[in-house]
Amino acid sequence: MQVPARFAYERADSVPHALQLLERYGPEARVVAGGHSLIPMMKLRLAQPEALIDINGLTELGQITVEGEELVIGALVRHAELLAHTIATDLFPIFRDAERVIADPIVRNRGTVGGSLCQADPSEDLSAVFSALRATAVIQAGGAPSRKVPIRAFHHGPYETAVEPGELLVQLRVPIRTGTGSAYEKVERRVGDWPVAAAGAVLRVVDGVIEQAGIGLTAVGAEHFCSPEAERYLEGRQPGEEAFAQAGRIAAEHCEPHADQRGPADYKRHLAAELTRRALAAAAERI
Amino acid sequence: MSYGRMHRKEDARFIRGRGTYTDDVRLPGMLYGAILRSPHAHARIVSVDASAAEAHPKVRAVITGQTLAGLGLAWMPTLSQDIQAVLATDKVRFQGQEVAFVVAEDAYSARDALELIDVEYEPLDAVVDARTALDQDAPVIRDDLEGRTDNHLFDWEAGDRARTDAIFERAEVKVAQDMLYPRVHPAPLETCGAVADFDKVTGKLTVWCPTQAPHAHRTLYAMVAGLPEHKIRVISPDIGGGFGGKVGIYPGYVCAIVGSIVTGRPVKWMEDRSENLMSTSFARDYHMRGEIAATRDGKIQAIRVKVLADHGAFNGTAQPTKFPAGFFHVFSGSYDVEAAHCEVTGVYTNKAPGGVAYACSFRVTEAVYLVERMVDVLAAELGTDPAELRLRNLLRPEQFPYHSPTGWEYDSGDYPRALRLALDMAGYDKLRAEQADRRARGELMGIGISFFTEAVGAGPRKHMDILGLGMADGAELRVHPTGKAVLRVSCQSQGQGHETTFAQIVGHELGIPADDVEVVHGDTDQTPFGLGTYGSRSTPVSGAAAAIVSRKVRDRARIVAAAMLEASPDDLEWSDGTWSVVGDPASGKSLAEIALAAHSNLELPDGVEGHLDAVTVYNPPNLTYPFGAYICVVDVDPGTGQVRVRRFVAVDDCGVRINPMIVEGQIHGGLADGVGMALMQVMAFDEDGNHLGASFMDYLLPTSMECPSWELGETVTPSPAHPIGAKGVGESATVGSPAAVVNAVVDALAPYGVRHADMPLTPANVWRVVNGDPFRTDLAIS
Repeated sequence: MQVPARFAYERADSVPHALQLLERYGPEARVVAGGHSLIPMMKLRLAQPEALIDINGLTELGQITVEGEELVIGALVRHAELLAHTIATDLFPIFRDAERVIADPIVRNRGTVGGSLCQADPSEDLSAVFSALRATAVIQAGGAPSRKVPIRAFHHGPYETAVEPGELLVQLRVPIRTGTGSAYEKVERRVGDWPVAAAGAVLRVVDGVIEQAGIGLTAVGAEHFCSPEAERYLEGRQPGEEAFAQAGRIAAEHCEPHADQRGPADYKRHLAAELTRRALAAAAERI
Repeated sequence: MSYGRMHRKEDARFIRGRGTYTDDVRLPGMLYGAILRSPHAHARIVSVDASAAEAHPKVRAVITGQTLAGLGLAWMPTLSQDIQAVLATDKVRFQGQEVAFVVAEDAYSARDALELIDVEYEPLDAVVDARTALDQDAPVIRDDLEGRTDNHLFDWEAGDRARTDAIFERAEVKVAQDMLYPRVHPAPLETCGAVADFDKVTGKLTVWCPTQAPHAHRTLYAMVAGLPEHKIRVISPDIGGGFGGKVGIYPGYVCAIVGSIVTGRPVKWMEDRSENLMSTSFARDYHMRGEIAATRDGKIQAIRVKVLADHGAFNGTAQPTKFPAGFFHVFSGSYDVEAAHCEVTGVYTNKAPGGVAYACSFRVTEAVYLVERMVDVLAAELGTDPAELRLRNLLRPEQFPYHSPTGWEYDSGDYPRALRLALDMAGYDKLRAEQADRRARGELMGIGISFFTEAVGAGPRKHMDILGLGMADGAELRVHPTGKAVLRVSCQSQGQGHETTFAQIVGHELGIPADDVEVVHGDTDQTPFGLGTYGSRSTPVSGAAAAIVSRKVRDRARIVAAAMLEASPDDLEWSDGTWSVVGDPASGKSLAEIALAAHSNLELPDGVEGHLDAVTVYNPPNLTYPFGAYICVVDVDPGTGQVRVRRFVAVDDCGVRINPMIVEGQIHGGLADGVGMALMQVMAFDEDGNHLGASFMDYLLPTSMECPSWELGETVTPSPAHPIGAKGVGESATVGSPAAVVNAVVDALAPYGVRHADMPLTPANVWRVVNGDPFRTDLAIS
């Protein structure tokens, strides 16, 4: 039987309360939302936090809204809620593509958007999605105004983020711009598996020319889950098969995949190219 | 009257969450055990310091290898004439091996205390790759065995070597292929565990555990621990899947028993998922080289096989004693060949023991995979359609009973009929035309065929035993005065539906509804002796016993009915579930009427003592040989290597079907297993012997999303050896389907010149195969 080590448990009833609790328990406390990464790690005793601060009661973090030119997604929004939110998925079909292939319905019912990003697993699909979308993370500390961190500065490395002890990720803000299409392509060994590799693409085309491109890469060792080199290559060009294929090649060149039982590095690099190409083509179709 | 589809009687409790599994057993005063396991695959144990764990306020006992050595229980016999460490004393020999056992007041404290045990290891080089196990400089794993200087376990052969070699020498066409059937795991949803309760006052030991062979466990505990057998009761409650992984006795069971004896309180131990995947019986791990000799026009003449078998650190395979490679030598399969020969070499490696699990029918799985892959390799060599090549070589109906070149006697079959039906159902010619169109467009579509012959239902006892216990099964049938019956059988269901199927057999024989028959099983104090449920033997052996014991009851009923009707038993006939005077059906007496009379003041004639109850032991005259034809259609994404199983047609012939719904359910499960093995499952190890698949995040089980809607067909060729003509079916689909899936994928990759690819065909593997650079699927990917 897998059982975790001893820990304290507190249930927060508001954001300020959660921040108070985090301060009280210090750096060995962990926030638990959906718990689909943290709890298994605790049961395997790979993680032994001294306290869990449960934020599942913070309904104020569970909203999806449009505020001006931004789509605002609360950190506690469940995967299933994002998948079912047609305003969000119509604006950004990349959410629909990605959320449909994240784990399974049971995990998606409970797991949260913020939890996924804060876990900062190199194989996390949403990290690449928000990176492609150039989202902004809103982080709240106790007794201070919230601060905004561009998503491409949010991840500091595997399992490390800009969220400091005593802070809470509260929102993701995604800029809404006309003429945009987006898509996500993933290869997995089986439904619900972590990706072998995946790629997301966001294209904004103005007057037949790519004005801005966002390319997100998952599980291939891409810094900040994106490929600025491929994005720069695309910007100012006309969308098309050859441009997308070349962007894929550039993305593959600049990532650093590692071999594991999901596949060898050369295959993952190949997927970075192939899936980037496919995602770009699908994104272009959706503009 | 009672054969046919009916809902499973056991499902009423399962779907309401009212089953009783081992982990549901809660006894007053029960303690909880946890096992400390080795982090190393191969290491010398320098010291074990358990003092801090013993000082934990909630710990009641810490048992180490030294504790057990003092009791003479540090080692136990395996089911294959080897010994296995219960708790390691000298060395650890695989990652996850049992080192110490903590008994505490609750599961949390037991787990906490494991971290307080200080074990000092001196790591040794590990033998991970079976292909290097016999190298001169390979570390010797089993230095506990006197005089052991290498990792060689056994050499075994079957068939006629000289004749086979002679055919190969003059053959017009020869093909050869190396292939790996990788190490996989049955991964039942319920892990292993036990609740042991030793009563010091009565001296009785009761063990609840999910065993597929409760009676064999009882006898082995008596032989090994010296406990009197009549003071041992093994209860196998509801089981959440066995697949062969719950046949043997695991160290944890022994630890729970010792824990209960030491503390005087009941002890529960349940392993977690990682423990289950790391330490319990694996399956397969056969490195094979197959060869076929044939004529230029496609007549298969001989088959030759060499196998390197990875048995792990202890030879713990559960199979009939005289067959160290199980039934692998049925590898000539469904084909009419002149000669065949196989050589199997078993080796020790630093991996968990086991070997036959995951519904493999004692390694018929490996045999079918080998021959079905080889037939496709030959088809590619000859440029012949694989369906056509099979039809040309399948055994013909008039050849049965068929004596195979490796010593088997196939009971019955009409193979071409089954294959033709499958081809018709699939629309084979249309599929081939579609494939040609798609290939012209650069798309990869594959069609794979597998034809299998299974050998299931062990014994007979003269050929089949485990540790000297012959493979025959008892059955007892009681008929209550009102005509309701209770059948007691030795085998135990792990999902096969025995409570329904066996009730239907009794009902059919006695003319009563299956709902009027209760099946009692899984408790050695309540049931007659028998060898258990594995190798698809329940219906072939215990099911036959149920039919025979029912007929004994029916014969007794005849005598009682004769007394009731004041006629001679010879003048009665059995029809429509009644005994009646010949020519006078209105005189018929039902079983309920006869049962009441048998318990009444009716004066009974000689030959009946007063009721209808009967007992039997069924020793099968032969195995049963179910067979089938499977066709799989896949699409492969050339850009990513992803395989999608589009269709799967499965024609099974398991003789007479007692409950077709249950048969189909078993086939569905086995087909899903096959997709899992072919496409995603493997237990690989890195060079240090670390297990790379010790969770369900790493060891993948197939889901409905990977499975097409199965298309099932059937033919019925009764077994002449079985009293109701039934054959085993539980493992047929697991045995037959992997080859169909792999053949389909290899067929899809034919435009790249691919003739073989090892399982599992993950996207990465397929992509590397297409690029001519396949990796070893059983090792760490680098």
